[in-house]
Amino acid sequence: MSAIAAPPTLSIDGIAVPINGERNLLELIRKTDIDLPTFCYHSDLSVYGACRLCIVDIAGRGIQGACSTAPEPGLVVRTQTEEIREIRKISVELLLANHERECTTCSKSASCQLQDVARRLGINKVRFKAVHEPAEVDRSSPSVTRDPNKCVLCGDCVRFCSEIQGIGAIDFAHRGHDVAVLPAFGNGLGEGECINCGQCAAVCPTGALTPRQEIDEVWKALVDPTKTVVAQIAPAVRIALGELFGMQPGESTRGQMVAALKRLGFKYVYDTAFAADLTVIEESNEFLARKSKAGKLPLFTSCCPAWVKFAEQYFPELLPNLSTCKSPQQMLGALVKELLPQELGVAKKNLVMVSIMPCTAKKFEAKRPEFAHEGVAEVDHVLTTQELARMIEEAGLRFMKLQPESFDMPMGFKTGAGVIFGNSGGVSEAVLRYASEKVTGRKLTNPDIHAVRGEDGLRIVEVPVGDITLKLGIVHGLKNARTLAEKARHGNCDLDIIEVMACPGGCIGGAGQPVSRNPDIRKLRTRGLYDVDKNMELHKSQENHFVTECYQRHLGEIGGRNAHRLLHTHYQNRRRIAGESIELGDGDSAEKLCVNVCTGTTCFLKGSQHILHELLDQVEQEQLHEKVSIHASFCFEQCSHGPTVSVDGKNVPSCTPEAAKNAILQAISEKVP
Amino acid sequence: MNTHLFLDSAVGNGGRTQRRVIVCAGTGCVANGAYQIIKAFNEQIAAAGISITTEFKTEPSSHDLRLNKSGCQGFCQMGPLVTILPDEILYNKVKVKDVEEIVRETLVGGKVVDRLLYVDPATRRHCRGINDIPFYQQQQRHVLKECGVLDPDSIEEYVHHGGYDGAKKAILTMSPEEVVQEILKSGLRGRGGGGFPTGRKWEAARTQPSAKKYVICNADEGDPGAFMNRSVMEGNPHSVLEGLMIAARAIGADETLIYVRTEYPLAVARMKRAVEEAQKLGFLGENAFGSGMPLNCEVMEGAGAFVCGEETAMIASIEGQRGMPRPKPPFPAQSGLWGKPTVINNVETLAHAVRVINQGWETFRKLGSKASPGTKTFALTGHVANTGLIEVPFGTTLREVVLNIGGGITDRRGKVKADAFKAVQIGGPSGGCLTQAHLDLPLDYDSLRSVGAMVGSGGLVAMNEKTCMVSIARFFMDFTQRESCGKCVLCREGTRQLLSLLDDIIEGRATSGTLDLMEKLAVAVQKGSLCGLGKTAPNPVLSTLRYFRHEYDEHVLHKHCATGQCKALAKPHIDPAKCKGCMVCGKKCPVGAITGDRKQAHTIDQTKCIVCGACADACKLEAVVGV
Amino acid sequence: MRSKSDPECNGRKFVKIFTILEKYERNPSRLVPILQAVQEEYRYLPREVLTYVATALNISPARVFGVATFYSHFATEPRGKHVIRLCNGTACHVKDSIPILEVIRKRLKLEGKKITTDDMMFTVETVACLGACGLAPVVVVNEDVHGEMTPANGLELVEAIIAQELS
Ligand SMILES: Cc1cc2nc3c(=O)[nH]c(=O)nc-3n(C[C@H](O)[C@H](O)[C@H](O)COP(=O)(O)O)c2cc1C
Ligand code: SF4
Ligand code: SF4
Ligand code: SF4
Ligand code: SF4
Ligand code: SF4
Ligand code: SF4
Ligand code: SF4
Ligand code: SF4
Ligand code: FES
Ligand code: FES
Ligand code: FES
Ligand code: FES
Repeated sequence: MSAIAAPPTLSIDGIAVPINGERNLLELIRKTDIDLPTFCYHSDLSVYGACRLCIVDIAGRGIQGACSTAPEPGLVVRTQTEEIREIRKISVELLLANHERECTTCSKSASCQLQDVARRLGINKVRFKAVHEPAEVDRSSPSVTRDPNKCVLCGDCVRFCSEIQGIGAIDFAHRGHDVAVLPAFGNGLGEGECINCGQCAAVCPTGALTPRQEIDEVWKALVDPTKTVVAQIAPAVRIALGELFGMQPGESTRGQMVAALKRLGFKYVYDTAFAADLTVIEESNEFLARKSKAGKLPLFTSCCPAWVKFAEQYFPELLPNLSTCKSPQQMLGALVKELLPQELGVAKKNLVMVSIMPCTAKKFEAKRPEFAHEGVAEVDHVLTTQELARMIEEAGLRFMKLQPESFDMPMGFKTGAGVIFGNSGGVSEAVLRYASEKVTGRKLTNPDIHAVRGEDGLRIVEVPVGDITLKLGIVHGLKNARTLAEKARHGNCDLDIIEVMACPGGCIGGAGQPVSRNPDIRKLRTRGLYDVDKNMELHKSQENHFVTECYQRHLGEIGGRNAHRLLHTHYQNRRRIAGESIELGDGDSAEKLCVNVCTGTTCFLKGSQHILHELLDQVEQEQLHEKVSIHASFCFEQCSHGPTVSVDGKNVPSCTPEAAKNAILQAISEKVP
Repeated sequence: MNTHLFLDSAVGNGGRTQRRVIVCAGTGCVANGAYQIIKAFNEQIAAAGISITTEFKTEPSSHDLRLNKSGCQGFCQMGPLVTILPDEILYNKVKVKDVEEIVRETLVGGKVVDRLLYVDPATRRHCRGINDIPFYQQQQRHVLKECGVLDPDSIEEYVHHGGYDGAKKAILTMSPEEVVQEILKSGLRGRGGGGFPTGRKWEAARTQPSAKKYVICNADEGDPGAFMNRSVMEGNPHSVLEGLMIAARAIGADETLIYVRTEYPLAVARMKRAVEEAQKLGFLGENAFGSGMPLNCEVMEGAGAFVCGEETAMIASIEGQRGMPRPKPPFPAQSGLWGKPTVINNVETLAHAVRVINQGWETFRKLGSKASPGTKTFALTGHVANTGLIEVPFGTTLREVVLNIGGGITDRRGKVKADAFKAVQIGGPSGGCLTQAHLDLPLDYDSLRSVGAMVGSGGLVAMNEKTCMVSIARFFMDFTQRESCGKCVLCREGTRQLLSLLDDIIEGRATSGTLDLMEKLAVAVQKGSLCGLGKTAPNPVLSTLRYFRHEYDEHVLHKHCATGQCKALAKPHIDPAKCKGCMVCGKKCPVGAITGDRKQAHTIDQTKCIVCGACADACKLEAVVGV
Repeated sequence: MRSKSDPECNGRKFVKIFTILEKYERNPSRLVPILQAVQEEYRYLPREVLTYVATALNISPARVFGVATFYSHFATEPRGKHVIRLCNGTACHVKDSIPILEVIRKRLKLEGKKITTDDMMFTVETVACLGACGLAPVVVVNEDVHGEMTPANGLELVEAIIAQELS
């Protein structure tokens, strides 16, 4: 008798396979090196069971979805039978019948799972006719293009957006074959709550959701002789770009990448990691100031624009907790636009800044109005890793054969601290490397702070820094961010710093990165970035002498006025209904006195509906329809002084029916001369 | 048996007989003016100086006349129905103006108003009461027994007739195991369609180690053409509630929910009222029946989605989501509402459970067949003389149901015709069709399954020879493709493509490969879909293909529809042998396509004809064929 | 159409939403009954109101929209003053319900996917089974059930309403 009982087994295509805690049959089958086709299964998401490609035949149970069946000892499973083949084929044919089949011009072509499955199943004829009306392609978002005609309704995007990002910007709407994945009310993706993370596009198996492309605009600038085009590249790009040219995930392609950009016509190629070093210094000082002066804590990082929009939408009350630092992309853009025109003698408007990012949210960020000054944007175009690869291919460059080149100085110089920004936990580690020396005054001999590294989406770590212990929260996936933000909102969060990255694993898992079905991809890329750090000479932002020089020559004091002008920003409240109100009268309120009654949760609890009632009565009794229009609106951010009523734009805090009535009467009398 | 019921309900404690006027106020009779009839009775009875009560009293005075409304009595076609007890008179198609006469003649004079009685069309015999009416005579009404007698809004009356004895017994004197055992032994199978043994479902939920469990009554009745559950809820809501309580006891649930489809406003109102009344009497609440245990019930309305009849979709709907099913297992009995063990039972299943507990499993098993014990309600509709709600023991043959109880198949003019029978669709959009060859098939779960049909909810739609089976298959497919939740590919796209293929056939575009492709697709949808809707959606196509293949072939190969229902294929013409040249059809034709001289056979100009069918309707001699 | 130009949308109705939300304790799992109650007030589900409900329940508007468009009972477009629902369940269908629909739609000049008349007077829709199959075919006008209909009877019902509206 052996000491350890052998694990129970089940039979897959006649082979006994041990069960070792796999969550479902699909996982187990894949472990036996059978790659069952799937659309709707994603190991990070809940099981959905809709595509019916993963079907298997289980003795005694008939045809079942492998993704939704628990492995049980003794099951006899067959993955290929005549019947199953026929059903799979018909399923795919059914999808293809209504599919906008234009693989040659589809940006998902190289990584499309539908195309792949159709090929694997040997589908060479579609026996069914198209029965759907073609739908319009949604190009309203700067980050993601949505083509409903290519959607297979696997729901991966919907589940990612709600289960991982905690947003639910898109959901299924309608029923039967009218079902579609839509933003609220069928609006455009750019008009709703989407925070541009692009992860829906990253998980989408087809070309229904794809990162928005700006390649054409960039080509145009590159061939325009009046333009000087410069590039910046984010850390996470270098360890993923090679995947598209046959390299292993995590392998750094820095030299070839720079060479390629030069060959494409970029005048200078800078490293976003330089700005990351700047960010570390600005943000660390901001934090230390808050910590010592009892300022707003926890301090949330602000380098992920998806998170920033998220905070603006759902946690406007926490905006003072956000670091005012711009993201590295915008810092570098601002610096370039500030310094280069003079240095090179080109007009500001002829200097084009293109950043190459793993990220789709950065496309949105670059277009935020606060990042344009006198009509000139800090960053003009944002390309994703995927787009860069495509440009390289288009130019016919043999990427792997290119003679490596180096970044341009000074803004191509960085330390390892700036590079690890691309990993979840990287910002925290970089800040700790800076802060610990600053606080203790002693040199940090081993820069690796393993405590903050890891894969979990929500990590709380305590790190001793001199006499004090800093408590950090590190999250990726905005649902996790919501958990901590919710705590912070209620004032029961004792963390010092919260690092938020929207994408799984941080920017290495950004939606602009190459699409891959390799489950270990994130780990490999993460390791790749840490390896880059390891192989560098400098690991701390404070050691970046070009940064030091930059302060001396251009920025002045850390956190000072000039640094603030170029490197810091402010945020805006984007609460869902704020600003939009519901007209309660008979419409046409142009000339009338506008009265807004807050019906947000807090004001509601404080009796705002009573005020609303009274005001409506008053309008009726005194025949004020011509003069006053009453609206209901959501939270005015004045909850602590609720109920809030605004009369002609002026807030009446702690309002009572009488106070509101008086304010209205007064405003009317003022209006009428 | 029915006689006994009447005495039962008409005789008070003291053996004195109280006279009762019962006006059916089910949806059907209300549509025909039942409320106006009730109002008229109130006025006329008062005018006649008879003292009248609408309340139920356990000690009725023999002088009182009680007027009450009832739920559907199953014979809506003949409504509004007025029953007078203890005289056992049933008046049908009563109009407001008849009420005065009924009061004068029957209530005062004790005489029967002959002209308001039901006339058996076969024998022209006037039938005095329901025991005389063939439609009722051949049924065995158990679940429906009290529907049509009791006042559905009176819990007192229900209690007086032994109502809630079963629930009390289960909760106060039986252990959960004993309740489950009783149901297991009864062999009761779910009436919601699947026929799954109720006892096994309850046992699975009972043995789950969870402090919180739920019981849901599935009253979504989405099968279009079936209304059995509606009638039970409208006619005897307390029996449903009582069954729910028994189920709750059996599995150890303290919360129950009744999910009623919103298209049934009256059923919703009656169920809500029943719950309120039961709360008032302490049957529901924190100390149900004084047991010390809490038991609550809530009525929730659906919002118009057939798929929400599917258990996991219903749970999603209750949880505030889109009603999309999820894969099973886990079954709701393991992980249901809010992830807790949940039993979902059909309205009728619960009503039967009350009878099992009250009368014991042996009595229950006396009716029906071995594998399908008990009785089953069916909604008999379509081209039969007597449409309505019926209840018969399992094992009754199709012939008995359609030809005897249903009174035979009617032709396009509504006349019973011996050879008009074509098919019966059983089980609605998930079911299949039965043909002449199945007339002697016993109706039960297993024999129906063996011929590719199913009991389903119990919808039975009879169809005459003028019905095109391809069109019928298309009708069901149109329904299911619209009601598909759209989650899984095979059902969402497959049903839509099946519809499109059927359209091709009906509109003359089909080719020789169409039927083969359709059959393959149908099988794939049936085998591969995620939930029961998709798995059963192809049944109507497959069963019509199986039994009426020649009709399909005719459509596809000859581009011809013999019934003339497929307008694109129809080529109406006049049979010269039958046409007497009466010229009626020519006058009705909107486009002047018919020519012919008086007393000469007429002809239709195919180039003009728009296939409206007016000529065929007009021709008394049925000389127009093919439309 | 937005509720702004809908004369039926007034403050009273909106205030009712509070009561509805309170009754269901602002519980997102009660979304279906909440939408039912809201629709009872407005006769359909205006966008602003749906956004309001989403905000109050702390769920995404896309989800509320998804639920509202799943169930056929919910209307996201305004409906006519008189709602005519024609049953096309099996029993009614085999008893020729479609010709009734056709004449009514023709009389009201409803074509294609249109179900509501331009003057917002009528909405004509089909439903699957009203549970009055014994009286097939069945038409429900507002709340009143009419059984054993024919195309001629159907037309009469419509004409009667039109006449009544004109008088
Ligand atoms: C699409 C679909 C619709 C259904 N509709 C109903 C229904 O309206 N009423 C019902 O009781 N069961 C319906 N069922 C069956 C239920 O899912 C479930 O099996 C039943 O309520 C169990 O109750 P029972 O065991 O008492 O029959 C439906 C199933 C499917 C797949
Ligand atoms: S989504 Fe895939 S199958 Fe569709 S066009 Fe694009 S590459 Fe081809
Ligand atoms: S694969 Fe075939 S269809 Fe596609 S582009 Fe090449 S030749 Fe054309
Ligand atoms: S980009 Fe992100 S937020 Fe926007 S829909 Fe996609 S997953 Fe949701
Ligand atoms: S958009 Fe893509 S991910 Fe979303 S459901 Fe469609 S195919 Fe799936
Ligand atoms: S985590 Fe990085 S890649 Fe993802 S959205 Fe944020 S900044 Fe972009
Ligand atoms: S079979 Fe049809 S109803 Fe069922 S889950 Fe699939 S799509 Fe939805
Ligand atoms: S079907 Fe209509 S159009 Fe054709 S001949 Fe008959 S009445 Fe005239
Ligand atoms: S109505 Fe009939 S019998 Fe008379 S002319 Fe027409 S086809 Fe001939
Ligand atoms: S992967 Fe299993 S159903 Fe889609
Ligand atoms: S709820 Fe925030 S101001 Fe009213
Ligand atoms: S409603 Fe009266 S018999 Fe059916
Ligand atoms: S089918 Fe029309 S009412 Fe049932």
